[in-house]
Amino acid sequence: MVSYVNLVIYFCLVVLFAIITLFIAKLIRFRDPNFDPVKLQPYECGEDPVGDAWAKFPVSFYLIALVFVLFDVEVAFIFPWILALPKLGLIAFIEMFIFLFILFLGWIYAFKKGALKWERNQ
Amino acid sequence: MIYIQGLVQSAILLGAILGIVAYLTWLERKFSGRLQSRVGPYLVGRPHGWLQPIADGLKLISKEDITPSRADRLLFNLAPAWIVVVSLLGFAFLPLTANWVLVNMDLGLLYFTAIGSLLVIGVFAAGWASNNKYALLSSLRSAAQIVAYEVPLLLSLLVPAILAGSLDFKDIIEAQESYWFITFPVIGQISFLIFLLAALAESNKMPFDLSEAESELIAGFNIEYSGMKFAYFYLGEYAHLMAVSLLVSIVFFGGPLGPLLPGGLWIAIKTLAVFLGILWIRWSFLRIRIDQLMMLNWKILTPISFINLLLAGLWVSLNL
Repeated sequence: MVSYVNLVIYFCLVVLFAIITLFIAKLIRFRDPNFDPVKLQPYECGEDPVGDAWAKFPVSFYLIALVFVLFDVEVAFIFPWILALPKLGLIAFIEMFIFLFILFLGWIYAFKKGALKWERNQ
Repeated sequence: MIYIQGLVQSAILLGAILGIVAYLTWLERKFSGRLQSRVGPYLVGRPHGWLQPIADGLKLISKEDITPSRADRLLFNLAPAWIVVVSLLGFAFLPLTANWVLVNMDLGLLYFTAIGSLLVIGVFAAGWASNNKYALLSSLRSAAQIVAYEVPLLLSLLVPAILAGSLDFKDIIEAQESYWFITFPVIGQISFLIFLLAALAESNKMPFDLSEAESELIAGFNIEYSGMKFAYFYLGEYAHLMAVSLLVSIVFFGGPLGPLLPGGLWIAIKTLAVFLGILWIRWSFLRIRIDQLMMLNWKILTPISFINLLLAGLWVSLNL
Protein backbone atom coordinates (compact mmCIF):
# COMPACT_ATOMS: atom_id res chain seq x y z
CA MET A 1 0.00 0.00 0.00
CA VAL A 2 2.83 2.37 0.87
CA SER A 3 4.22 1.82 -2.64
CA TYR A 4 1.18 3.27 -4.36
CA VAL A 5 1.32 6.36 -2.14
CA ASN A 6 4.93 6.79 -3.26
CA LEU A 7 3.91 6.36 -6.89
CA VAL A 8 1.26 9.08 -6.67
CA ILE A 9 3.63 11.47 -4.86
CA TYR A 10 6.41 10.82 -7.38
CA PHE A 11 4.03 11.32 -10.31
CA CYS A 12 2.83 14.65 -8.87
CA LEU A 13 6.43 15.78 -8.27
CA VAL A 14 7.46 14.95 -11.84
CA VAL A 15 4.45 16.77 -13.32
CA LEU A 16 5.09 19.76 -11.06
CA PHE A 17 8.74 19.79 -12.10
CA ALA A 18 7.75 19.85 -15.78
CA ILE A 19 5.22 22.67 -15.29
CA ILE A 20 7.26 24.83 -12.91
CA THR A 21 10.40 24.69 -15.04
CA LEU A 22 8.41 25.78 -18.11
CA PHE A 23 6.89 28.59 -16.02
CA ILE A 24 10.30 29.80 -14.80
CA ALA A 25 11.55 29.69 -18.38
CA LYS A 26 8.56 31.81 -19.37
CA LEU A 27 9.47 34.41 -16.74
CA ILE A 28 13.17 34.78 -17.48
CA ARG A 29 13.50 33.94 -21.16
CA PHE A 30 14.80 36.38 -23.74
CA ARG A 31 12.24 38.50 -25.61
CA ASP A 32 13.28 39.95 -28.95
CA PRO A 33 12.51 43.72 -28.89
CA ASN A 34 12.27 43.88 -32.69
CA PHE A 35 10.54 40.56 -33.30
CA ASP A 36 10.21 39.57 -36.93
CA PRO A 37 6.98 37.59 -37.63
CA VAL A 38 8.84 35.59 -40.28
CA LYS A 39 10.20 33.60 -37.36
CA LEU A 40 6.73 32.13 -36.87
CA GLN A 41 6.84 30.32 -40.22
CA PRO A 42 7.59 26.59 -40.40
CA TYR A 43 11.32 26.02 -40.79
CA GLU A 44 12.10 24.87 -44.30
CA CYS A 45 15.62 26.12 -44.90
CA GLY A 46 14.47 29.61 -45.89
CA GLU A 47 11.95 28.58 -48.54
CA ASP A 48 8.31 29.62 -48.21
CA PRO A 49 6.48 26.42 -47.25
CA VAL A 50 4.09 25.08 -49.92
CA GLY A 51 0.81 23.87 -48.47
CA ASP A 52 0.12 22.30 -45.11
CA ALA A 53 2.25 19.57 -43.57
CA TRP A 54 -0.91 17.72 -42.56
CA ALA A 55 -1.19 15.80 -45.81
CA LYS A 56 -1.41 12.16 -46.92
CA PHE A 57 1.39 9.82 -45.95
CA PRO A 58 2.36 6.30 -47.12
CA VAL A 59 0.10 3.41 -46.20
CA SER A 60 3.08 1.36 -44.93
CA PHE A 61 2.93 3.23 -41.63
CA TYR A 62 -0.65 2.10 -41.02
CA LEU A 63 0.23 -1.50 -41.88
CA ILE A 64 3.14 -1.50 -39.43
CA ALA A 65 0.79 -0.21 -36.73
CA LEU A 66 -1.74 -2.97 -37.52
CA VAL A 67 0.86 -5.75 -37.37
CA PHE A 68 2.16 -4.23 -34.15
CA VAL A 69 -1.28 -4.48 -32.52
CA LEU A 70 -1.40 -8.19 -33.44
CA PHE A 71 1.96 -8.92 -31.82
CA ASP A 72 1.57 -6.62 -28.84
CA VAL A 73 -1.75 -8.12 -27.73
CA GLU A 74 -0.06 -11.50 -27.85
CA VAL A 75 2.78 -10.19 -25.64
CA ALA A 76 0.11 -9.06 -23.20
CA PHE A 77 -1.00 -12.73 -23.04
CA ILE A 78 2.56 -13.84 -22.29
CA PHE A 79 2.83 -11.69 -19.11
CA PRO A 80 0.41 -13.78 -16.99
CA TRP A 81 1.74 -16.96 -18.62
CA ILE A 82 5.20 -16.23 -17.15
CA LEU A 83 3.81 -16.16 -13.62
CA ALA A 84 1.82 -19.37 -14.09
CA LEU A 85 4.55 -21.34 -15.89
CA PRO A 86 6.53 -22.63 -12.85
CA LYS A 87 3.29 -24.02 -11.32
CA LEU A 88 1.63 -25.45 -14.44
CA GLY A 89 4.72 -26.83 -16.13
CA LEU A 90 4.77 -28.54 -19.51
CA ILE A 91 1.01 -28.22 -20.19
CA ALA A 92 1.23 -24.41 -20.08
CA PHE A 93 4.26 -24.54 -22.36
CA ILE A 94 2.47 -26.67 -24.95
CA GLU A 95 -0.57 -24.39 -24.89
CA MET A 96 1.59 -21.32 -25.43
CA PHE A 97 3.42 -23.17 -28.21
CA ILE A 98 0.12 -23.81 -30.04
CA PHE A 99 -0.93 -20.19 -29.56
CA LEU A 100 2.38 -18.86 -30.88
CA PHE A 101 2.26 -21.33 -33.79
CA ILE A 102 -1.11 -19.94 -34.92
CA LEU A 103 0.35 -16.47 -34.59
CA PHE A 104 3.34 -17.60 -36.64
CA LEU A 105 0.93 -18.60 -39.45
CA GLY A 106 -0.49 -15.07 -39.26
CA TRP A 107 3.03 -13.66 -39.52
CA ILE A 108 3.66 -15.79 -42.65
CA TYR A 109 0.34 -14.59 -44.13
CA ALA A 110 1.24 -10.93 -43.50
CA PHE A 111 4.62 -11.59 -45.07
CA LYS A 112 3.24 -13.27 -48.21
CA LYS A 113 0.71 -10.46 -48.66
CA GLY A 114 3.59 -7.97 -48.55
CA ALA A 115 2.31 -6.07 -45.51
CA LEU A 116 5.83 -5.87 -44.11
CA LYS A 117 7.46 -4.80 -47.35
CA TRP A 118 8.62 -1.20 -47.25
CA GLU A 119 8.97 -0.13 -50.89
CA ARG A 120 5.92 -0.48 -53.07
CA ASN A 121 5.66 -0.24 -56.84
CA GLN A 122 3.77 2.90 -57.72
CA MET B 1 4.09 10.07 8.26
CA ILE B 2 4.24 7.79 5.21
CA TYR B 3 3.36 10.80 3.06
CA ILE B 4 6.34 12.80 4.34
CA GLN B 5 8.59 9.80 3.92
CA GLY B 6 7.31 9.27 0.38
CA LEU B 7 7.74 12.93 -0.44
CA VAL B 8 11.35 12.99 0.79
CA GLN B 9 12.23 9.80 -1.06
CA SER B 10 10.57 10.96 -4.28
CA ALA B 11 12.27 14.35 -4.13
CA ILE B 12 15.68 12.76 -3.57
CA LEU B 13 15.13 10.31 -6.42
CA LEU B 14 13.98 13.03 -8.82
CA GLY B 15 16.85 15.35 -7.89
CA ALA B 16 19.40 12.57 -8.23
CA ILE B 17 18.07 11.53 -11.65
CA LEU B 18 18.09 15.10 -12.96
CA GLY B 19 21.64 15.66 -11.71
CA ILE B 20 22.91 12.38 -13.12
CA VAL B 21 21.20 12.94 -16.48
CA ALA B 22 22.75 16.41 -16.73
CA TYR B 23 26.19 14.93 -16.17
CA LEU B 24 25.51 12.07 -18.60
CA THR B 25 25.26 14.67 -21.38
CA TRP B 26 28.65 15.99 -20.28
CA LEU B 27 30.02 12.42 -20.20
CA GLU B 28 28.72 11.75 -23.71
CA ARG B 29 30.38 14.88 -25.07
CA LYS B 30 33.66 14.01 -23.36
CA PHE B 31 33.51 10.39 -24.51
CA SER B 32 32.59 11.18 -28.10
CA GLY B 33 35.30 13.83 -28.14
CA ARG B 34 37.88 11.26 -27.08
CA LEU B 35 36.65 8.78 -29.71
CA GLN B 36 37.22 11.43 -32.37
CA SER B 37 40.61 12.60 -30.99
CA ARG B 38 39.17 15.79 -29.51
CA VAL B 39 38.97 16.81 -25.84
CA GLY B 40 35.27 17.71 -25.72
CA PRO B 41 34.01 20.53 -23.47
CA TYR B 42 36.95 22.12 -21.70
CA LEU B 43 36.56 25.83 -21.00
CA VAL B 44 33.48 26.12 -18.76
CA GLY B 45 34.71 25.03 -15.32
CA ARG B 46 38.42 24.36 -15.17
CA PRO B 47 39.21 20.70 -14.83
CA HIS B 48 37.60 19.35 -18.02
CA GLY B 49 34.61 21.64 -18.30
CA TRP B 50 32.70 20.20 -15.36
CA LEU B 51 30.31 23.18 -15.24
CA GLN B 52 29.21 22.62 -18.86
CA PRO B 53 25.80 20.99 -18.06
CA ILE B 54 24.88 23.88 -15.76
CA ALA B 55 25.91 26.42 -18.39
CA ASP B 56 23.85 24.52 -20.98
CA GLY B 57 20.82 24.50 -18.70
CA LEU B 58 21.04 28.23 -17.95
CA LYS B 59 21.47 29.00 -21.62
CA LEU B 60 18.51 26.90 -22.70
CA ILE B 61 16.19 28.27 -20.01
CA SER B 62 16.92 31.86 -21.04
CA LYS B 63 16.51 31.29 -24.80
CA GLU B 64 13.76 32.87 -26.85
CA ASP B 65 10.77 30.57 -27.25
CA ILE B 66 8.95 30.38 -30.58
CA THR B 67 5.65 28.67 -31.33
CA PRO B 68 5.08 28.58 -35.09
CA SER B 69 1.91 30.39 -36.13
CA ARG B 70 0.44 27.35 -37.90
CA ALA B 71 1.20 24.85 -35.15
CA ASP B 72 -1.40 23.12 -33.01
CA ARG B 73 -0.69 25.14 -29.86
CA LEU B 74 -2.06 22.77 -27.23
CA LEU B 75 -0.29 19.64 -28.52
CA PHE B 76 2.82 21.64 -29.32
CA ASN B 77 3.18 22.70 -25.69
CA LEU B 78 2.00 19.41 -24.23
CA ALA B 79 4.35 17.07 -26.14
CA PRO B 80 7.68 18.03 -24.49
CA ALA B 81 6.16 17.92 -21.02
CA TRP B 82 4.63 14.53 -21.84
CA ILE B 83 8.01 13.15 -22.92
CA VAL B 84 9.75 14.40 -19.77
CA VAL B 85 7.07 13.08 -17.43
CA VAL B 86 6.94 9.66 -19.08
CA SER B 87 10.69 9.17 -19.25
CA LEU B 88 11.20 10.21 -15.61
CA LEU B 89 8.29 8.12 -14.35
CA GLY B 90 9.89 4.77 -15.25
CA PHE B 91 12.60 5.18 -12.59
CA ALA B 92 10.05 4.75 -9.81
CA PHE B 93 9.96 0.98 -10.41
CA LEU B 94 13.67 0.26 -10.79
CA PRO B 95 15.53 -0.88 -7.64
CA LEU B 96 18.62 1.23 -7.01
CA THR B 97 20.18 -0.90 -4.28
CA ALA B 98 19.60 -4.50 -3.17
CA ASN B 99 16.51 -3.55 -1.15
CA TRP B 100 15.54 0.03 -1.96
CA VAL B 101 12.97 0.83 -4.65
CA LEU B 102 10.58 3.77 -4.59
CA VAL B 103 7.48 1.87 -5.68
CA ASN B 104 7.72 -1.68 -4.41
CA MET B 105 5.27 -3.83 -6.36
CA ASP B 106 5.33 -7.34 -7.72
CA LEU B 107 4.51 -6.26 -11.28
CA GLY B 108 7.37 -3.75 -11.62
CA LEU B 109 8.50 -5.03 -15.01
CA LEU B 110 4.99 -4.81 -16.48
CA TYR B 111 4.51 -1.24 -15.22
CA PHE B 112 7.93 -0.20 -16.43
CA THR B 113 7.33 -1.46 -19.98
CA ALA B 114 3.81 -0.03 -20.04
CA ILE B 115 5.04 3.44 -19.10
CA GLY B 116 8.01 3.16 -21.45
CA SER B 117 5.73 2.55 -24.42
CA LEU B 118 3.82 5.79 -23.77
CA LEU B 119 6.87 7.68 -25.06
CA VAL B 120 5.84 7.22 -28.69
CA ILE B 121 2.72 9.35 -28.14
CA GLY B 122 4.83 12.35 -27.14
CA VAL B 123 7.17 11.91 -30.10
CA PHE B 124 4.31 11.67 -32.55
CA ALA B 125 2.40 14.58 -30.96
CA ALA B 126 5.49 16.78 -31.21
CA GLY B 127 6.03 16.04 -34.89
CA TRP B 128 2.36 16.34 -35.78
CA ALA B 129 1.71 19.56 -33.85
CA SER B 130 4.69 21.36 -35.39
CA ASN B 131 2.96 21.43 -38.80
CA ASN B 132 6.32 21.13 -40.47
CA LYS B 133 6.95 18.56 -43.21
CA TYR B 134 10.31 17.44 -41.87
CA ALA B 135 8.97 17.12 -38.35
CA LEU B 136 5.95 15.13 -39.51
CA LEU B 137 8.05 12.75 -41.63
CA SER B 138 10.46 12.25 -38.76
CA SER B 139 7.73 11.57 -36.22
CA LEU B 140 6.04 9.09 -38.59
CA ARG B 141 9.30 7.26 -39.05
CA SER B 142 10.09 7.18 -35.39
CA ALA B 143 6.57 6.10 -34.45
CA ALA B 144 6.78 3.20 -36.93
CA GLN B 145 10.25 2.35 -35.67
CA ILE B 146 9.42 2.47 -31.96
CA VAL B 147 6.20 0.52 -32.45
CA ALA B 148 7.90 -2.15 -34.58
CA TYR B 149 10.84 -2.64 -32.22
CA GLU B 150 8.53 -2.82 -29.22
CA VAL B 151 7.83 -6.48 -30.09
CA PRO B 152 11.40 -7.90 -29.95
CA LEU B 153 12.16 -5.54 -27.05
CA LEU B 154 9.38 -6.95 -24.90
CA LEU B 155 9.96 -10.55 -25.98
CA SER B 156 13.65 -10.45 -25.11
CA LEU B 157 13.00 -8.58 -21.86
CA LEU B 158 10.59 -11.34 -20.84
CA VAL B 159 13.30 -14.02 -21.03
CA PRO B 160 14.94 -13.02 -17.69
CA ALA B 161 11.43 -12.77 -16.22
CA ILE B 162 10.71 -16.35 -17.32
CA LEU B 163 14.00 -17.62 -15.92
CA ALA B 164 13.25 -15.89 -12.60
CA GLY B 165 9.56 -16.84 -12.72
CA SER B 166 8.50 -13.38 -11.61
CA LEU B 167 7.82 -9.85 -12.88
CA ASP B 168 9.21 -8.29 -9.69
CA PHE B 169 12.65 -6.72 -10.17
CA LYS B 170 13.68 -7.84 -6.69
CA ASP B 171 12.94 -11.48 -7.51
CA ILE B 172 14.78 -11.12 -10.82
CA ILE B 173 17.84 -9.84 -8.93
CA GLU B 174 17.54 -12.59 -6.30
CA ALA B 175 17.35 -15.28 -8.98
CA GLN B 176 20.74 -14.12 -10.27
CA GLU B 177 22.56 -14.92 -7.01
CA SER B 178 24.32 -17.97 -8.50
CA TYR B 179 24.74 -16.74 -12.09
CA TRP B 180 23.88 -13.58 -14.04
CA PHE B 181 21.30 -14.09 -16.77
CA ILE B 182 23.75 -12.83 -19.40
CA THR B 183 25.83 -15.96 -18.73
CA PHE B 184 22.91 -18.35 -19.28
CA PRO B 185 23.98 -20.50 -22.25
CA VAL B 186 22.69 -19.27 -25.64
CA ILE B 187 19.32 -17.94 -24.42
CA GLY B 188 20.87 -15.25 -22.21
CA GLN B 189 23.25 -13.88 -24.82
CA ILE B 190 20.68 -13.90 -27.63
CA SER B 191 18.08 -12.07 -25.59
CA PHE B 192 20.68 -9.56 -24.39
CA LEU B 193 21.79 -8.80 -27.95
CA ILE B 194 18.21 -8.48 -29.23
CA PHE B 195 17.28 -6.28 -26.27
CA LEU B 196 20.27 -4.02 -26.87
CA LEU B 197 19.46 -3.62 -30.59
CA ALA B 198 15.78 -3.00 -29.92
CA ALA B 199 16.54 -0.53 -27.12
CA LEU B 200 18.88 1.40 -29.42
CA ALA B 201 16.10 1.54 -32.01
CA GLU B 202 13.55 2.57 -29.38
CA SER B 203 15.61 5.48 -28.14
CA ASN B 204 16.59 6.53 -31.69
CA LYS B 205 20.30 5.94 -31.20
CA MET B 206 22.89 5.78 -33.88
CA PRO B 207 22.61 2.78 -36.13
CA PHE B 208 18.86 3.40 -36.04
CA ASP B 209 18.54 7.17 -35.62
CA LEU B 210 16.38 7.58 -38.72
CA SER B 211 14.13 10.09 -37.03
CA GLU B 212 17.05 12.48 -36.65
CA ALA B 213 18.71 11.80 -39.99
CA GLU B 214 20.35 15.20 -40.35
CA SER B 215 21.09 14.84 -44.03
CA GLU B 216 17.44 14.16 -44.89
CA LEU B 217 15.31 15.61 -42.11
CA ILE B 218 17.43 18.48 -40.68
CA ALA B 219 16.92 17.65 -37.00
CA GLY B 220 13.84 15.49 -36.73
CA PHE B 221 10.59 15.86 -34.85
CA ASN B 222 11.94 18.55 -32.49
CA ILE B 223 12.95 20.93 -35.29
CA GLU B 224 10.41 23.67 -34.45
CA TYR B 225 11.18 23.65 -30.74
CA SER B 226 13.40 26.15 -28.98
CA GLY B 227 14.39 27.12 -25.47
CA MET B 228 13.22 25.05 -22.54
CA LYS B 229 10.88 22.89 -24.64
CA PHE B 230 13.81 21.79 -26.76
CA ALA B 231 15.74 21.06 -23.57
CA TYR B 232 12.89 18.80 -22.48
CA PHE B 233 13.40 16.56 -25.51
CA TYR B 234 17.08 16.31 -24.68
CA LEU B 235 16.35 15.58 -21.03
CA GLY B 236 13.75 12.97 -21.96
CA GLU B 237 16.13 11.27 -24.40
CA TYR B 238 18.95 10.97 -21.89
CA ALA B 239 16.66 9.97 -19.03
CA HIS B 240 15.28 7.21 -21.26
CA LEU B 241 18.78 6.07 -22.16
CA MET B 242 19.75 6.00 -18.50
CA ALA B 243 16.63 3.99 -17.66
CA VAL B 244 17.53 1.49 -20.39
CA SER B 245 21.09 1.15 -19.08
CA LEU B 246 19.79 0.68 -15.54
CA LEU B 247 17.28 -1.92 -16.74
CA VAL B 248 19.95 -3.88 -18.65
CA SER B 249 22.24 -3.86 -15.63
CA ILE B 250 19.41 -5.15 -13.43
CA VAL B 251 17.87 -7.87 -15.60
CA PHE B 252 20.99 -9.16 -17.36
CA PHE B 253 23.98 -8.24 -15.16
CA GLY B 254 22.59 -8.98 -11.72
CA GLY B 255 22.10 -5.37 -10.63
CA PRO B 256 23.45 -4.81 -7.11
CA LEU B 257 25.03 -8.28 -6.88
CA GLY B 258 28.81 -8.37 -6.71
CA PRO B 259 31.68 -9.01 -4.32
CA LEU B 260 33.14 -6.56 -1.75
CA LEU B 261 31.54 -3.26 -2.79
CA PRO B 262 28.02 -2.26 -1.61
CA GLY B 263 25.07 -2.96 -3.94
CA GLY B 264 24.39 0.64 -4.87
CA LEU B 265 27.94 1.07 -6.10
CA TRP B 266 27.80 -2.13 -8.18
CA ILE B 267 24.60 -1.04 -9.87
CA ALA B 268 26.14 2.37 -10.64
CA ILE B 269 29.26 0.77 -12.14
CA LYS B 270 27.24 -1.64 -14.28
CA THR B 271 24.84 1.09 -15.45
CA LEU B 272 27.74 3.34 -16.40
CA ALA B 273 29.42 0.49 -18.28
CA VAL B 274 26.25 -0.24 -20.27
CA PHE B 275 25.75 3.48 -20.97
CA LEU B 276 29.31 3.84 -22.26
CA GLY B 277 28.79 0.72 -24.38
CA ILE B 278 25.72 2.30 -25.96
CA LEU B 279 27.69 5.50 -26.61
CA TRP B 280 30.50 3.47 -28.16
CA ILE B 281 28.04 1.82 -30.56
CA ARG B 282 26.47 5.19 -31.27
CA TRP B 283 29.73 6.86 -32.23
CA SER B 284 31.09 3.92 -34.24
CA PHE B 285 28.40 2.85 -36.69
CA LEU B 286 26.67 4.36 -39.69
CA ARG B 287 22.95 4.89 -40.06
CA ILE B 288 20.98 2.19 -41.92
CA ARG B 289 18.08 2.74 -44.35
CA ILE B 290 14.49 2.55 -43.17
CA ASP B 291 13.60 -0.49 -45.29
CA GLN B 292 16.65 -2.29 -43.87
CA LEU B 293 15.52 -1.26 -40.41
CA MET B 294 12.06 -2.71 -40.88
CA MET B 295 13.35 -5.90 -42.50
CA LEU B 296 15.85 -6.42 -39.68
CA ASN B 297 12.98 -6.20 -37.22
CA TRP B 298 10.27 -8.29 -38.92
CA LYS B 299 12.43 -10.87 -40.67
CA ILE B 300 15.22 -11.47 -38.15
CA LEU B 301 14.68 -10.07 -34.66
CA THR B 302 10.99 -10.95 -34.17
CA PRO B 303 11.20 -14.67 -35.15
CA ILE B 304 14.47 -15.18 -33.26
CA SER B 305 13.11 -13.58 -30.12
CA PHE B 306 9.97 -15.76 -30.33
CA ILE B 307 12.04 -18.94 -30.59
CA ASN B 308 14.28 -17.70 -27.79
CA LEU B 309 11.29 -17.06 -25.55
CA LEU B 310 9.88 -20.53 -26.24
CA LEU B 311 13.25 -22.14 -25.47
CA ALA B 312 13.39 -20.32 -22.14
CA GLY B 313 9.80 -21.39 -21.41
CA LEU B 314 10.65 -25.03 -22.26
CA TRP B 315 13.67 -24.96 -19.94
CA VAL B 316 11.63 -23.58 -17.06
CA SER B 317 8.68 -25.97 -17.57
CA LEU B 318 10.96 -29.03 -17.69
CA ASN B 319 12.78 -28.09 -14.45
CA LEU B 320 9.79 -28.31 -12.15
